[in-house]
Amino acid sequence: MDWALPPNYSTFGVVIDQLFWIILVITGIAFLLVEGGILWFCIKYRGREGARAHYTHGSNKLEIIWTVIPAIIIAILGAYSAAVWQDIKGASNRPADALEFLVVGKQFEWNITYPGMDRTLGTADDFTVLNQFHFPVNEDITILLESEDVIHSFFIPELRVKQDAVPGMTIPVWFDATQTGNFEIACAELCGLGHYYMMASVTVHSAADFDAWQASRASETAQ
Amino acid sequence: MATIVAEATGQAILHEEHEQSFLRKYIFSTDHKVIAIQFLIYTLFFLMIGGLLAMLMRYQIAWPARGELPLGGIFPETMVASGYILPEFYNALVTMHGSVMVFLAIMPMLVGVWANYLIPLQLGTHDMAFPRLNMLSFWAMVPAGILTLASFFVLGGAAGAGWTLYAPLSARPDLTGVGLGQILWLLALVFIGLSSILGSVNYITTTINMRAPGMTWMRMPLTIWSLFITAILALLAMPVLSAAGIMLIFDQTIGTSFFLPEGGGQPLLWQHLFWFFGHPEVYILILPAMGFTSEILSVGSRKPVFGYKAMVLALVSIAFLGFIVWGHHMFQSGMNPTLGLAFTVSTLFIAVPSAIKTFNWMGTMWRGNLQLHSAMLFAIGFVAMFAIGGLSGVFMASTPVDIYIHDTYFIVAHIHYVLFGGSLFALFGAIYFWYPKMFGRVMNETMGKIHFWLTFVLFNVVFFPMHGVGMVGMMRRIYDSTGYAHLQGIEDTNALISWAAFGLFASGFLFAFNFFWSLKKGKKAGANPWNATTLEWQTPSPPKHGNWEEIPVVYHGPHEYSHPDVEDKDWLAQNERPDVVSPAAGSH
Repeated sequence: MDWALPPNYSTFGVVIDQLFWIILVITGIAFLLVEGGILWFCIKYRGREGARAHYTHGSNKLEIIWTVIPAIIIAILGAYSAAVWQDIKGASNRPADALEFLVVGKQFEWNITYPGMDRTLGTADDFTVLNQFHFPVNEDITILLESEDVIHSFFIPELRVKQDAVPGMTIPVWFDATQTGNFEIACAELCGLGHYYMMASVTVHSAADFDAWQASRASETAQ
Repeated sequence: MATIVAEATGQAILHEEHEQSFLRKYIFSTDHKVIAIQFLIYTLFFLMIGGLLAMLMRYQIAWPARGELPLGGIFPETMVASGYILPEFYNALVTMHGSVMVFLAIMPMLVGVWANYLIPLQLGTHDMAFPRLNMLSFWAMVPAGILTLASFFVLGGAAGAGWTLYAPLSARPDLTGVGLGQILWLLALVFIGLSSILGSVNYITTTINMRAPGMTWMRMPLTIWSLFITAILALLAMPVLSAAGIMLIFDQTIGTSFFLPEGGGQPLLWQHLFWFFGHPEVYILILPAMGFTSEILSVGSRKPVFGYKAMVLALVSIAFLGFIVWGHHMFQSGMNPTLGLAFTVSTLFIAVPSAIKTFNWMGTMWRGNLQLHSAMLFAIGFVAMFAIGGLSGVFMASTPVDIYIHDTYFIVAHIHYVLFGGSLFALFGAIYFWYPKMFGRVMNETMGKIHFWLTFVLFNVVFFPMHGVGMVGMMRRIYDSTGYAHLQGIEDTNALISWAAFGLFASGFLFAFNFFWSLKKGKKAGANPWNATTLEWQTPSPPKHGNWEEIPVVYHGPHEYSHPDVEDKDWLAQNERPDVVSPAAGSH
């Protein structure tokens, strides 16, 4: 198998994956430096009869070098991570006109409430579907995430979305899918005996398909 | 003044020795060395239990549909039915593997065993400041162990809400299916907290008050520094866990709702309390290992520790930062995302002292005269594996990346590189290294080296691929992953990991065999088999009750190896006067 991140289908996923690879390169270099150094020292300075070690208590110059360089790299990485995090999660960056859904986790199912044709939650044409999440592509989506019993975690790997659902809280999560397709919601937080099968199907439609699906669903529920 | 107190207690102990019954000498002993050996036997037993639980988990993960486990007679039908591990039992395995390893194996092995054994010996004193408190700190662990083992056999089985005990799952028996088991485990945790707090008070007091004459702070071996700072962490963190644990017991039993939203409580409060303890705990689990590694690398390289002062400062700053990073476990928990920003920065900065330590360990090996015996191999293994665990931590400290890898096997890989590749490697090294002092004989080297290479190779085959499985998106604590579309295609990797894990577990028995075989058949050690400088090696192996006929006097720092002015040998013990051994060395 290939050890790779699954293909990304969301706008935020692009920067998340980019950051992942940046960190992989930086830590990869550090990894080679450290492991290579250890291996080299083990071979080169392997004990020999009559040999004597070099007597030293250290070097302030080296201490400064290997304190300052990691600190600079870390500071840059930290600043960049913080900026990306703020872009993705910052309350001020919550899309204003997103299509909203209510997602309620409970042992061991996901209940998704749809806004209906008026595109507004809390109105008469809302309807709820068990374990099926349909939404349109290329549109800001916000889910209001709740839990009825214990903590669950809403995870769609291909959209790089993960958020715990906490009983007593309503947590907004937003994302934007860039391609249509079929995925799954997995529960990522141990939630009890059925944790392993707490999944729901995700269908990302084109805008027209989504409207058609919602209309057919709405008329079904109305009957 | 401190010295006078130390000598007075010491004489009392020496005097007592002749009158002690078997029970007082080996069972209810107040001798720090006997208590350390009791802790060692106890923790090795629970290391095996924790390993066994992991093997059952690995079987289930790799072959979820196979069954065929002959465990029916041992566990009730509600846990293992006709050869199949049931989800109830799997959740108990997940929970108790983590709990047993952290609280009953690794933590007491790092602290209970080695703080007890080494603090009085390396500081040059007769015993701990409070020997009876010390005895109690071991005996408090006994009910903890019994409660833990018993919980597997009660109705509903052992605790099943994860070792992190997230409420409300952990607080509501109707939601986990676990009632009594969860309470038993929390009670065990209260005993563990008691043991740890009593021990810490003792280690701190002894280190501050009972150092031998001349043993200034900056002459203490790095083991003592790390154990001292660990004790401070434990003393500040354990009471928080104990208090939170008792609150959780109340939620389960008498109807409070600290963590239950329907009564006005806050599930996130549990997480804050748990991780306020939990992150210092991570450093409790690694700082002593860093201390052992520094000592063993210095002795094995025949060189002073590179950058001793920087090592001490790094230890202190890791400990300090350790208290302000707990929120990095909660980036996706529903905590205000702005708080996440602060925790990202503090967390990433722990990488700096960790890097300092790693480079100084490499500096210690640089131009050394490396003696690659089993203890040294494990210490080098520690540096190599800890580096991987540290570097993989950068991924999750970066909050955006953490969105994806949080709660996946990437985290499982990370924690095991730190806790197994780090702590346990250092512990194996410490056992090979100080065994001769404990028992007067050296462990068999051939078996030791085979054990190292098996452990090193198999460890990496088990845990390195978990990074990959995590990248694919496999969630933690999943009883059966085969139902997920995005997890198709990782079955072979999971099977490989499981086979390697069985081998890794089996290699532990080679170590156990060597441990017991060498008690009788090992080569006689003498006082100082490694030509080491610190005080514990300047008294017979094993040291008598009271450790010293006469309290040693310390003249210089702890790691004087290959001093250019000392001829005939490449080490200078802490209690040897340089100008007596070699007049030219007196100037240093």
